[in-house]
Amino acid sequence: MTTEDLKKLEKLVNSELASKIHKSIIENNEFLIEINESDLIDVVQFLKSNEKCRFRQLVDIAGVDYPEEEKRFQLVYLFLSHENNNRIKLSIRFQSDQIINSITKIFPSANWMEREVFDMYGIKFKNHPDLRRILTDYGFKGHPLRKDFPLTGFNEVRYSEKEKKVIYEPVKLEQNYRNFDFESPWEGTNYIKEIKNLDKDGKKD
Amino acid sequence: MEKKTKSLSLNFGPQHPAAHGVLRLILELDGEIVEKADPHIGLLHRGTEKLIEHKTYTQALPYFDRLDYVAPMNQEHAFALAAEKLLNIEVPIRAKYIRVIFCEIGRILSHILNVTTQALDVGALTPSLWGFEERETLMTFYERASGSRLHANYFRTGGVNQDIPLKLLVDIEKFCKSFPKIIDDLESLLTDNRIFKQRNVEIGLVTKQEALDHSFSGVMLRGSGIPWDLRKSQPYEIYKDLDFKIPIGKNGDCYDRYLCRIEEMRESVKIILQCIERIPKGPVKSIDGKISPPNREDLKQSMEALIHHFKLFTEGYRVPKGNVYSAVEAPKGEFGVYLISDGSNKPYRCKIRAPGFSHLQAMDYLIRGHMLADVPAVLGSLDIVFGEVDR
Repeated sequence: MTTEDLKKLEKLVNSELASKIHKSIIENNEFLIEINESDLIDVVQFLKSNEKCRFRQLVDIAGVDYPEEEKRFQLVYLFLSHENNNRIKLSIRFQSDQIINSITKIFPSANWMEREVFDMYGIKFKNHPDLRRILTDYGFKGHPLRKDFPLTGFNEVRYSEKEKKVIYEPVKLEQNYRNFDFESPWEGTNYIKEIKNLDKDGKKD
Repeated sequence: MEKKTKSLSLNFGPQHPAAHGVLRLILELDGEIVEKADPHIGLLHRGTEKLIEHKTYTQALPYFDRLDYVAPMNQEHAFALAAEKLLNIEVPIRAKYIRVIFCEIGRILSHILNVTTQALDVGALTPSLWGFEERETLMTFYERASGSRLHANYFRTGGVNQDIPLKLLVDIEKFCKSFPKIIDDLESLLTDNRIFKQRNVEIGLVTKQEALDHSFSGVMLRGSGIPWDLRKSQPYEIYKDLDFKIPIGKNGDCYDRYLCRIEEMRESVKIILQCIERIPKGPVKSIDGKISPPNREDLKQSMEALIHHFKLFTEGYRVPKGNVYSAVEAPKGEFGVYLISDGSNKPYRCKIRAPGFSHLQAMDYLIRGHMLADVPAVLGSLDIVFGEVDR
């Protein structure tokens, strides 16, 4: 995978899919394209079947959560072409209530990967053959990889000697999970930063 | 009168010795023929990805030992490479050699376990006894380099934790000289064994197309005749300069995959020997003080080193904004890490791509139409370790 190969690929993808591509980036010797979520099926189909692309293998699907942004979720599809020895990353951004088209028809292996995304982020997929939770417990509530899900979770399990069975209880911590703000000591605490920023703005005016 | 048939559903696992961990497999049987298999995974889910989001890059590394705990350092390697790619730093040449030596040791560790336990699943007890003896030796090498047999926590962004003594290299070399004999012994028990062949030949067939569709990698792909190994096709570290071959299967059945693993062990031995011969002297981690901690001596003398030490072990280093995917050829297949950094000292997102996840996914189609007794054989040749499947 040289930079030239990537540039060639970028040219090809941009010319063939011109209207569908928001942005294409080559960074760290990796190629990323951003598309609209409604074009997903078309673009994936193109990447798989086009003679010059031949991305015949789906490597993984990664969900990302940006709770502050309007388009809260991002899905990154990683593809690999054995013939051309190339990789490509495909990214879509969408709002939290949107339903995404499943690509299981094109790549059968997307089945579990989409189930995992559904389990971890609560993103729903249209036309998925069997959209169940996969990694979490039976009857689990919530979506653990969302940024607003606490690291320690809500429930814990233990075996109760009294009831002779496994029971669920709310998490009790002896000490809360501590999240240190390491950024402060060297670059000033947050309130000092704010004052500094005010000063700067003041000078500009 | 028509005969009524009812399919029987059978719960295989989660506590079953042939399930190689905590797999709950719900099988629907028609007599002894499997009609459907529904793997329920996640019994070993520990939320590794979530935990990593809350840890600094240095603290995140040990979690990778706990994924595929049979070959810990290969996983660490993927994470270290991803972080290095984002930081854009060079690894000293000696560190590269050490990494390759220990990754290949990891490959042997994993393949011994897989080959011998697969033999155990289909009825041969002896290979596992012989194989585990060798694994023990290899794990003492892990221990002598890192301090622990399994959860090594040895690789670092920009190199490895500490240098290895000469005596260790000598002992590894000695092992590499004697190990091919052990492989021969294992082969003499299995390769031409009638029972072993009856249980594995033509079982769990995978065609080239299916291997691609189901996101197979590693031996699962090569067993079906696709010449693909990341060490050759997208070489990282020093694999470009090393001389080794990639064994490829023909039929894509369990037996071919077994043969591939045996050959890969021989190639790994060759790689280790080449590395030991060529390994140069020099530093073993990046000399950038903002990333690698200072050594003990400097700590006593230099104020700057003391500050760096303190900062590195509290705040950690910051990684520039960006996202990278870096993959290594782990013993089980392509192990990848997709890392998103927001410029702080903790990863914003770290998606772990485990080869076993897609392999196990294909269980349903691999086992359909096979006999119940083939379930452990197919499961064994998939090389599943639940640490990495469930994450």
